[in-house]
Amino acid sequence: MAELNETGRGPLKPLRSLFSGIGLPTVIIAVFWAFTLVAGHFVGISMATLLSDTLKRAGMNGILVLAMVPAIQSGTGPNFALPMGIVCGLLGLVCAIELNTFGMVWLLTSIALATPLAAAVGYGYGKLMNAVKGSEMTIATYSGFSIVALMCLAWLMVPFRNPKMGWFIGQGLRETIQLDAVGGAQILNNFLKFSAGDVIVPTGLLLTFGFFAFLVWLFFRSKLGIAISAGGINPRFALAAGLDIDKNRILANVLSTVLGAIGIIVYSQSYGYAQLYTAPLMMAFPAVAAALIGGATASRARVSHVVIGVVLFQGLLTTALPVTNEIFVGTDLSEIMRMIIQNGIILYALTQVKRGVQ
Amino acid sequence: MNGLNDRSRAAGEWILENLVTIIFVAFTLFGFMVSSGVSVGYFFSELSSRVFRNSFLVLSLIIPVLAGLGLNFGIVIGAMSGQAAIAIARYYEMGGLSGLLFCFAAAAILALFCGYLTGRLYNKTRGQEMIASLIVGFFANGIYQFIFLFAVGVIVSVPAIHPMIKPDGVGIRMTVDLVPVNQGGLKYALDNILQAPFVHSLLVVALGLLVLLLARYWLNKRRGRGHLNSLPSLLINGGLCLAAAAVAAHAIVTNSPLMMVRKTPVVTGLLIIGLCVFTVLIMKTKLGQDFRSVGQSQHAAEVSGINVDRTRIIATMISTVLAAWGQIIYLQNMGTLNTYNAHTQIGMFSVAAILVGGASTSRASITHAIFGTILFNAMFIMSPEIGQSLFGQALLGEYFRTFMVYGVIGVALGIHVWKANKKNRLTVD
Repeated sequence: MAELNETGRGPLKPLRSLFSGIGLPTVIIAVFWAFTLVAGHFVGISMATLLSDTLKRAGMNGILVLAMVPAIQSGTGPNFALPMGIVCGLLGLVCAIELNTFGMVWLLTSIALATPLAAAVGYGYGKLMNAVKGSEMTIATYSGFSIVALMCLAWLMVPFRNPKMGWFIGQGLRETIQLDAVGGAQILNNFLKFSAGDVIVPTGLLLTFGFFAFLVWLFFRSKLGIAISAGGINPRFALAAGLDIDKNRILANVLSTVLGAIGIIVYSQSYGYAQLYTAPLMMAFPAVAAALIGGATASRARVSHVVIGVVLFQGLLTTALPVTNEIFVGTDLSEIMRMIIQNGIILYALTQVKRGVQ
Repeated sequence: MNGLNDRSRAAGEWILENLVTIIFVAFTLFGFMVSSGVSVGYFFSELSSRVFRNSFLVLSLIIPVLAGLGLNFGIVIGAMSGQAAIAIARYYEMGGLSGLLFCFAAAAILALFCGYLTGRLYNKTRGQEMIASLIVGFFANGIYQFIFLFAVGVIVSVPAIHPMIKPDGVGIRMTVDLVPVNQGGLKYALDNILQAPFVHSLLVVALGLLVLLLARYWLNKRRGRGHLNSLPSLLINGGLCLAAAAVAAHAIVTNSPLMMVRKTPVVTGLLIIGLCVFTVLIMKTKLGQDFRSVGQSQHAAEVSGINVDRTRIIATMISTVLAAWGQIIYLQNMGTLNTYNAHTQIGMFSVAAILVGGASTSRASITHAIFGTILFNAMFIMSPEIGQSLFGQALLGEYFRTFMVYGVIGVALGIHVWKANKKNRLTVD
């Protein structure tokens, strides 16, 4: 960033100094979102609905985005292998259904089953990331893709018998499992839910996100957390200070994978369905993009970045969908916009990565 | 004892280096053993048509690898340029050979422009080109959809009655029929120019390769570069060529099931051979030498006065243009334009194919590309059959081949980086 400021191009310079604390991408997306909200007001979409949806979507995706923080801080870069954690979460979720649990018990069993699994997978993944230092992002992406494809085989072959999630004929699990059937749909969202004016606040969901955000924030204030960050900022210095960088990187990736697993369970309950098969394939990219929009870079991320990023990005997406459909009937402009913004911000972050030693 | 150790280590190295290839060969052979439903005629018909339509795309990956950019997933952007050109040709109802030539020209212009921009991007994301090329493909897909779904109709007004445009007058349909060439369309516009029976093509290709092998051996020897020659590999390769030629000749004489294999498109084949020759020749020019030195060390190239950034941009542009042409060849063979899906998988499939052939991030050749295309597509045909015959579910085989695509890329790249890191660590210590 510092480099960029020195070479800063003319017209952007005052903007940069004005928002020196906040990154330019954050400002652009925020302005864009505000613009869409106003446009929505003029075409007659209630702002309260839009804000309610934003809160719900932000809380839903929050923990998945939070999973980026440990990975980025440890120096492995954004966790493009998030689908790894996601399939662990989904596996815990379907196992809990198979055990005939219901409601809150189902939710807690899912998390309890998914966490050790994700920790084990995260350990292996961390080892892999240590072996491929320098190309983590590419290999992580394909590791994530491979696991999702492998799990497609598993979903098709698991000998689960519970009729709530099997196909009507033949073996294997359905592509989308309704969580109504286990009393799990919106179970967190509805906890202490209240309305402020016309805005519906899904208290339980936001509290859960807040709780995990607080845990991560706290962790990175602990001795271990600081050691992980130090290894990410300057590996040589950390090594000289006697820190075991490789071990710390593994630990950070375990943490990230576990957050991914819990994240998808929270996501699914809010969505009301668990999506198996190829659904998790592309889920890492919006999560990475949200963290980057909040002001994180490929090498530094804070919990505040996650909170800001997920609200702005999901807010923009939820708002854009009805608004663009109202203005340009019959087109899916919001999905196109998502692709351009999401991948544009990742590319921007990649251009800011310090050039490796050739 | 030491020698034996060395040899076993060398064997281990060799297996590690060719792991992906070995897995694929084993898998395909296994497929033949377990599945009874695949007839020889069906297999070779499928294989030859797949190889003819995909080779050009896979070959377009070679130059960026040699120039040190790694595997260019960004050929998706080239494919989009090709599709845009085809869409324009279809809209104005151009067809036949002239329509095809228009497509090639229009696609080249578009792809040069896009390739220039991606090249600039790769220069800004040095060291992370591969992930950048993957993401830039997704990004470009957003812009592509903006143009094809939204700009056509909302910004540029088009008649809603056109068979290509969606009924409500906004955006291009999901699938666009390319109209057979004898009705003035683009379908088979290249393939139908001249067709030859499969066995004849096989005979010609096998004998041609044999002549090429012998000529290279002889030339190397005469120019005093005998150390480049290896008698065992000449014997193996020559033997394989002879065997293929013998099978073809046998099929012609005895009229075996191989005669039933679908005919092969000669002009498409010649274009693929032409691209192979082009790739070899360009590496012998000044530009090609620049590619190679930039690929080996950007720093050394910079010091010796090569404009590294410019060279890398040129490599990307060439790759993008070739991919655009490759996509046109692909689509005229398919006969329908899947407007929003045809290009999305091209990057990953082509990369997987060249990796299966034995290429890596820093090493790629024509042999890798062609051999990889054949092997990769053989796996693709066999996979559902294996799923069907082992588990009674073809779907399982299809998921399995998706897994193979991603797994191959992951494993091949992982092994390469891991080995490079191991070497670096040794030198640092």
